[in-house]
Amino acid sequence: MKALADRDVCIQAGNCVMVADAVFDQDDDGIVVVLVDEIPDDEADHVREAVKLCPSQALRVID
Amino acid sequence: MTGTEAPQLPLHMRRNAFDPTPELRAIRETAGVRTATNSFGMTVYLVTRYEDVKAVLSDHERFSNGRPPGFVLPGAPTLSEEELASARAGNLLGLDPPEHQRLRRMLTPEFTIRRMKRLEPRIVEIVDQHLDAMESAGPPTDLVESFALPIPSLAICELLGVPYDDRDDFQRRSVRQLDLSTPIAERMDLQRQGRAYMQSLVDRARRQHGEDILGMLVREHGAECTDDELIGVAGLLLLAGHETTSNMLGLGTLALLRHPEQLAAVRNDPDATGPAVEELLRWLSIVHSAIPRITTTEVEVAGVRIPAGELVFVSLPSGNRDPDFIDSPEVLDIRRGAPGHLAFGHGVHHCLGAPLARMEMRIAFPALLRRFPTLALAEDFDDVQFRSFHFIYGLRSLAVTWTP
Repeated sequence: MKALADRDVCIQAGNCVMVADAVFDQDDDGIVVVLVDEIPDDEADHVREAVKLCPSQALRVID
Repeated sequence: MTGTEAPQLPLHMRRNAFDPTPELRAIRETAGVRTATNSFGMTVYLVTRYEDVKAVLSDHERFSNGRPPGFVLPGAPTLSEEELASARAGNLLGLDPPEHQRLRRMLTPEFTIRRMKRLEPRIVEIVDQHLDAMESAGPPTDLVESFALPIPSLAICELLGVPYDDRDDFQRRSVRQLDLSTPIAERMDLQRQGRAYMQSLVDRARRQHGEDILGMLVREHGAECTDDELIGVAGLLLLAGHETTSNMLGLGTLALLRHPEQLAAVRNDPDATGPAVEELLRWLSIVHSAIPRITTTEVEVAGVRIPAGELVFVSLPSGNRDPDFIDSPEVLDIRRGAPGHLAFGHGVHHCLGAPLARMEMRIAFPALLRRFPTLALAEDFDDVQFRSFHFIYGLRSLAVTWTP
């Protein structure tokens, strides 16, 4: 499973970092950065949560 | 409760203490969307279901924050196009993408999670100072005046670069300006006064910029932004920074006092704090409605047709208490954490200051309850004064006591 983030759509709410900081971070401007190539199994639920919480629908996951 | 004013209160603002009016639930359980009257006597479409609220707030193309040319609020003094443009400049909540995103991105570096962690020790210090002052003055006290208002107010002043000594003036302005029972002409006058005050701070920052947000804006965006934009942005941050968290701290403390077992959990268990703050945000939903949207085209919400050019109000308290979103929505349950609540809104206008608000609450609630483990109401619950007509729900005051 991989996480994809659209940095143009991101509105820098930081919700993804709040629920899955092993996978998502913010750069100095607050815009989302995906930290890992493959999502570790034990982070999968957190990442799904982040996708659901993202206010601007900037995140998705692909298998 | 403010019973005498209740009859004119718009439907979306009606509450019984902590709970949204049952009328909202009735709409949510039947048509989902209904026309209602706002505080200006205009007909608006009221959206009540969780998924519909989210859908409206996600769709900035069909539900616009901007106002079409010629849009005037009934009773508002007529302004020239120039005056209107100046009054609107920099107000993120009145803009749509891409203009909105340009301004928002100037500010977001100041509100990253990492930035908040650096700010945390200072917030702890501010909270402790206010608790020390309460302790030395002794009980009883008005918790709004001694704790809930000054903590976020001082924090946003320091962040922005606004002299805290000026607080009497800007707090008085913002409380009247956001009170929907204040005549519109007076509200617009207060807005002008606020802008004039902010102009003086922008002028000062242009001469000599500090390490605060105003200084950063002038230093990094001073050339591309007009003074009107800087004033609008800074004014919004000042207003939003102390009128929101302060109401959550006051109302949230009252909610915990009414749920003693949950209060004890927040006091004793550090792991309970994060989820408790989220659930309090959901359950209290202090912002009655997101900034009204205007339909740019004919749309359908919950099967209800809404023509173009209509005002749409989304009820955040109703969406947050939709059983299709969360089980037993009427119950305050601080253990569940309520992920996905709409208290900070949704879509591109999602609260910019959410990380700051969360941090302030995560520090302030447990610190208060640990300092005063016997904290109790010093007035009858029925006598507590809620701020019904305010754009943001809260308390006028909260008399509390403790055993020294």
